Amino acid sequence: MTTAKKEHPFVGKYIRPEVLPHKMCPGCGNMIAGNALIRAIDRLYGSFDKFVFVSGIGCAAWVPSPHFNADTVHTLHGRAIPAAIGIKLANPSLNVIVFSGDGDLIGIGGNHIIHAARRNIDLLVMMINNFNYGMTGGQLAPTTPLGAKTITTIYGNPESPFDVARLIAEAGANYSARWTVYHNALIEKSVEKALKMEGFRFIEVLSPCVTRYVKFNIGSLEKIMDLFKKQTVIYKGENQEIPPGKIVIGEFVIRENPGYLRRYGMMREKAIKQWRKS
Amino acid sequence: MQTMIKPEEIFPPGKYLMTGNEAIVAGALLAECKFFAGYPITPSSEIMNGMARYLPLVGGTFIQMEDELASIMAIIGASWAGVRAMTATSGPGFSLMQEGIGYAIMTETPIVLVNVMRAGPGTGQATKAAQGDIMQARWGRHGDQAIVALAPSWAQEMLDFTLFAFNISDTLRIPVFLLPDETVGHAGEPVEIPPKDEIKIIRRREPKTSDEPHFGGNGLDIAPMPTLGKGFNVLVTGSTHNRKGIRKTQDPQTHSELVWHLVNKVKKHRKEIVKYSIEGPNNPQIGILAYGSVYRSAREAMEIANNMGIETALFRPITLWPSPDIEIREFAKKVDAIIVPELNTGEYILEVERTVKDEIPIVGINKIGGGVPIYPEEILNEIKKIAGVS
Repeated sequence: MTTAKKEHPFVGKYIRPEVLPHKMCPGCGNMIAGNALIRAIDRLYGSFDKFVFVSGIGCAAWVPSPHFNADTVHTLHGRAIPAAIGIKLANPSLNVIVFSGDGDLIGIGGNHIIHAARRNIDLLVMMINNFNYGMTGGQLAPTTPLGAKTITTIYGNPESPFDVARLIAEAGANYSARWTVYHNALIEKSVEKALKMEGFRFIEVLSPCVTRYVKFNIGSLEKIMDLFKKQTVIYKGENQEIPPGKIVIGEFVIRENPGYLRRYGMMREKAIKQWRKS
Repeated sequence: MQTMIKPEEIFPPGKYLMTGNEAIVAGALLAECKFFAGYPITPSSEIMNGMARYLPLVGGTFIQMEDELASIMAIIGASWAGVRAMTATSGPGFSLMQEGIGYAIMTETPIVLVNVMRAGPGTGQATKAAQGDIMQARWGRHGDQAIVALAPSWAQEMLDFTLFAFNISDTLRIPVFLLPDETVGHAGEPVEIPPKDEIKIIRRREPKTSDEPHFGGNGLDIAPMPTLGKGFNVLVTGSTHNRKGIRKTQDPQTHSELVWHLVNKVKKHRKEIVKYSIEGPNNPQIGILAYGSVYRSAREAMEIANNMGIETALFRPITLWPSPDIEIREFAKKVDAIIVPELNTGEYILEVERTVKDEIPIVGINKIGGGVPIYPEEILNEIKKIAGVS
């Protein structure tokens, strides 16, 4: 090329130029969600200072590591949340964000995420849900819809999927929401809101795996984006009637319960007082 | 907010009666450990119970995780956030932690892990002593790697080695294990807590500039460890990475250099790590090699044998891994045979055989089941048999 390409203002400040171009498939939604996250942080904080991004294994886990020009911890498959807990508890002044996929967070790491929500631990978790294990060739995930085809359910999935955002809301999180990559601006707003809160905050983003899941089931990127646009309804409360076949998106819970760190702090005060008395 | 309590206020210098597990708690607090994540398991639970009681007081954090997979990862996270972190477990929990330990090795994360060894495999005999995790400690993970493991023999060493383990772990950026058997964990014994100014704390180095590499390379020494949140833009990954942390999963050279570094850094720092002791006459006929609680029976057997006129020496590998192989080889040159008593079907004996080759007979005394110790008489009988004394 003879002319220098003008780079996006995020490159350098938020994205490591040395790792571009990124390795996501054309049409993948991972970077849309990653971009929304950066925009929200940029608006609220203006930099990645004091942010730590923790991910597990899988395509989505590659969004922060190595692309984000920040402290990033790329952990084991399924173990992003426990590592993030260790980081946050050892240094509560850090803003710790987990960014990973559905297989990682609710499949192999499912036990950790429900316990983290129950503890209302002070983390923001962004889960990219692409309905399958993309990196390993498109296998069945705990989020694969009933009847859907994956490379390990070629005759159709006999299992029911988790409704992850609702599960996390029920488990005790302060915030739980679901969007699709079509709802780009809403993801950004949701992240902004969540960043201002304490406790456990969870954002699920439905995203097309064009190379695997979409190819096996829906056909094309256009079709799944159209589905995200037309077949979604915004959650309005438990009494809302959901027409069959619709995907419910929106905010499932917004609570103001004290986060784990605040509760731990209260316990610590009590412990010290008790020790001094004895 | 109230002022925190100092570890030396909780454990002022002096003489105590403590179990081995309690001594580990005291050692960890005095080592300024500030984070513990664990999961209940016999016979190591008292370590977690103690840390849960004291860590909040000293400004640290204790969290009981949902399982051992989470515990190991939480302490790794805490370590990267800049604090000294540890966990404690036993057999099945140690098995569950292996993948996380491999990650700590690959990312050069300092952590201290206590495995109070019980009888396995499976659930086995949860409350009974064994030395069945010696090879698991060395080789339990996939891939090529090295770790440091120490075998305390009594409560005082549980405290002393905990202090030592944190220093080695920080300076070498490596997981360090304490491998007491259940007997050492639960025996109540006198423990002397030293005054604060006698406790040596050697912390990890931090990079001085942003250009310094964050990870080691073959032939180079240990890189300084950046702390998260200090502007180093650290890339931590369990995948093959270059010295800046950038993933290089397709590059043979980077992988080779990284793995050789992980293995060779232990060899390079052998002198600081390898502890052992040799007791007995200068020209012994028979040698014994024993560690952990079994060492104590072996010492008694050695004393009786020497009183009977059978010149017997005792080699004790205090650091099990890396093994004191050079010293074992030297020891073997002096004796006609080496007896290796162990509370397993024969694990460390393999290392002795590897080291000594077939120069002299190496005889195992192996006992498993019920936590029944190897009694001095059993070792003595073997000594007499080899010496031809009835």
